[in-house]
Amino acid sequence: MPHRTFIWFILPTALAMILFIGLPIVSSFFQSLHIENEQVLMEVENCDPFGCTTNVRVDVEATEKIEAENPLGRFNGFGTYTDRNHLAFDEIREAWDNKTSIGEFKDIVLNLPFYKALLFTLTFCFAVTPPVIVLGFIVALSVNTLAKNLKGLIVFGTILPMIVTPLIGSLVLFWMIDSQGIIGASIQILFDDPNLSLKASSNLTWITLIIYGIWHNTPFAFVVFYAALQTVPQDPLEAAYIDGATRFERVRFIVIPHLYPVATFIMLICLMDNFRVFEPIIGFSAEGVAQSLSWMIYQDLRNENKMLFGSAGATSMLTILGIAFLLTPVLIRTWKEFKTER
Amino acid sequence: MKKLIIALLISFASTSVFAGSHSPCGVTSGSINILANEFTTYRIFMDEVKSCAGPEADFNVTHSVDHNKLQVAALSANPAEFSAKLVTNGSITPLMNDGLIRPLDDLVAKYGSNLNDNQKITIDGKIYAVAFMANAQHLWYRESILNDLGIAVPSTYEEVIAAAEKIKAAGVMENPYAGAFKSGWNLGQEFVNMYLGHGGEFFKSGSAQPNVNNEKGVAALNMIKKLTELSNPDFLTQDTNAVKEEWESGNVALMHIWNSGAASLLDDEGDQNIKADTRLAPSPTVGGGSKPATTLWWDGIAIATNTSDENAEASFRALVGAASSTDLANNNPNATVWLIKGYTPGDTAGPVVDAASRGTTPYPSFPHMSLMHGALSTELVEFLQGNESAEKALADVEAAYIAKATEQGFL
Repeated sequence: MPHRTFIWFILPTALAMILFIGLPIVSSFFQSLHIENEQVLMEVENCDPFGCTTNVRVDVEATEKIEAENPLGRFNGFGTYTDRNHLAFDEIREAWDNKTSIGEFKDIVLNLPFYKALLFTLTFCFAVTPPVIVLGFIVALSVNTLAKNLKGLIVFGTILPMIVTPLIGSLVLFWMIDSQGIIGASIQILFDDPNLSLKASSNLTWITLIIYGIWHNTPFAFVVFYAALQTVPQDPLEAAYIDGATRFERVRFIVIPHLYPVATFIMLICLMDNFRVFEPIIGFSAEGVAQSLSWMIYQDLRNENKMLFGSAGATSMLTILGIAFLLTPVLIRTWKEFKTER
Repeated sequence: MKKLIIALLISFASTSVFAGSHSPCGVTSGSINILANEFTTYRIFMDEVKSCAGPEADFNVTHSVDHNKLQVAALSANPAEFSAKLVTNGSITPLMNDGLIRPLDDLVAKYGSNLNDNQKITIDGKIYAVAFMANAQHLWYRESILNDLGIAVPSTYEEVIAAAEKIKAAGVMENPYAGAFKSGWNLGQEFVNMYLGHGGEFFKSGSAQPNVNNEKGVAALNMIKKLTELSNPDFLTQDTNAVKEEWESGNVALMHIWNSGAASLLDDEGDQNIKADTRLAPSPTVGGGSKPATTLWWDGIAIATNTSDENAEASFRALVGAASSTDLANNNPNATVWLIKGYTPGDTAGPVVDAASRGTTPYPSFPHMSLMHGALSTELVEFLQGNESAEKALADVEAAYIAKATEQGFL
């Protein structure tokens, strides 16, 4: 394709990407370098049904004046990135200097909000993605062998978990795993422990979230694998059949190599999706024991009475970096495959 | 204080004189759009607001338990998303910090002749809100269960724990205690109660520097831990509404929740045997303190700055009509403790009056208190799960608070 044609071809997409992806990222980055202006406090007398007291309040006029002069707030450089609620350099240095054992150092670091969230996010990513790929593949293989008139119905049923909105799906499961819900009560009977509660311990909550993640993501892998299965060439399969290869051998030596690039693609998308895990944490009321990076951004923007834009911006930037870091090996691999195929 | 409360509750059945002032109800112009918390008493109040606004009014109300998280963003917009907000002494400060609610002196002069003076929330000499009810968390108990085991009504948290342990040991209930320990605002509030009950101060005097990592903070946390050990193991996921459900299912014999819970706990729905057995008691003291370990709250109405004067007047008229309706108060005497003129307190007002008369601290209204509450909301969970010490949890609270307060410009 001549360069000129290519540029005209890609221009609308590129413009849209700059406008809707590039600029917001730049703006978030800019915001993350700033913190709020200083609040001017003044003493006032407050009277309410319980009596009058002297109290402090924000001097709105004076603060607004500062705000008008400095609408972006005070420049803080990378101060927000390195503060305790993000990368926490000072705290980590202090913990390293004062450590008595590596275990203690690890505990201190993983107790910091950002690293705590990162640990859950990564655990979720790496615990969910492989089972999703394996399960999706198995389901696709099974559905592919079904009789034609059954296929439509089964495919629809199989992709249901993906169609259900994550928040609703997790809420439904949350009620089901309640100690009085069908799953929760069954598990109590199964393990003969009337106090067993999936919501109470952090390990069980993590496992619940991971199982939910697998349940929710498998249909995606299934759909892609199923579509790819339709492109597997029939000739080698038939040849292998005539040569006496078992079903397992045909899958192992013909189908899997053919679907390999597709598996890489699914892994890429799954890692990206799972790195921004958020809805199940809200749906399962698991904020107490499982926080993710996306949940931290939500917390800054929603759970505080006043939005912490700088902090949310900083976490967003770190999330983007995290995804880039995570995807680099996969991308390098894809690039190499692409080159060798040429 | 005591006198004030007596005056507040034994208010006079006054003859409503609208001397030279306008009747608030029957709004015909302007639109009314209110943001409010979600619980039964507010629903009752809103029904009255709607009927006061009249059939011709353009009336809308949004009830949400997330009202605190929505309010600043919603009222910052110009024009604001809502013309009015139901506020409390907790949620009014973030709005005041940004100048998002307007002074009401003119409107009160015009339409508020039937208000008690103590309903007018004045800050720096200007009225910013009109209170209509007082609320506090306090103890609730199942009379027959305590009687059967010969337990006296607990008046301290130490006695609450002894009572709950006895109920558990007798095999009556597995988890006899309940409180709103849901991680987030509710858990933060439990600490606020317990810390104030121990006589703690959240900030070093005259500054925004945190002051919770001390003996009182540790004692408060240890007490909360003991209570959670006698609660449903899912306590970190239970907010007030979930606790009420536990109560109505008969799983709990002692709980510490809002007085306004009476509106739904003592209504005609649900198990009437449990309802008949439900008793209210004053909030317990803790650690030998004299003040109950709870906070006093008022709930009131506030009007957005960024709304047109026409909408502001329409909203104020409908809301103040309800906030001065003696009928509303006396038709629902047990829904809450109304501050409305002519209200005769119902059977359930006792614990709130008791809390006020014993010098209970109102919820702190420092501009930076919400940041402290936010830090408490997230940093105490690991301690309650037994993963870290109380001192470490409180040090985390202070560190998280300092990072946020620095970003917000308070430090």
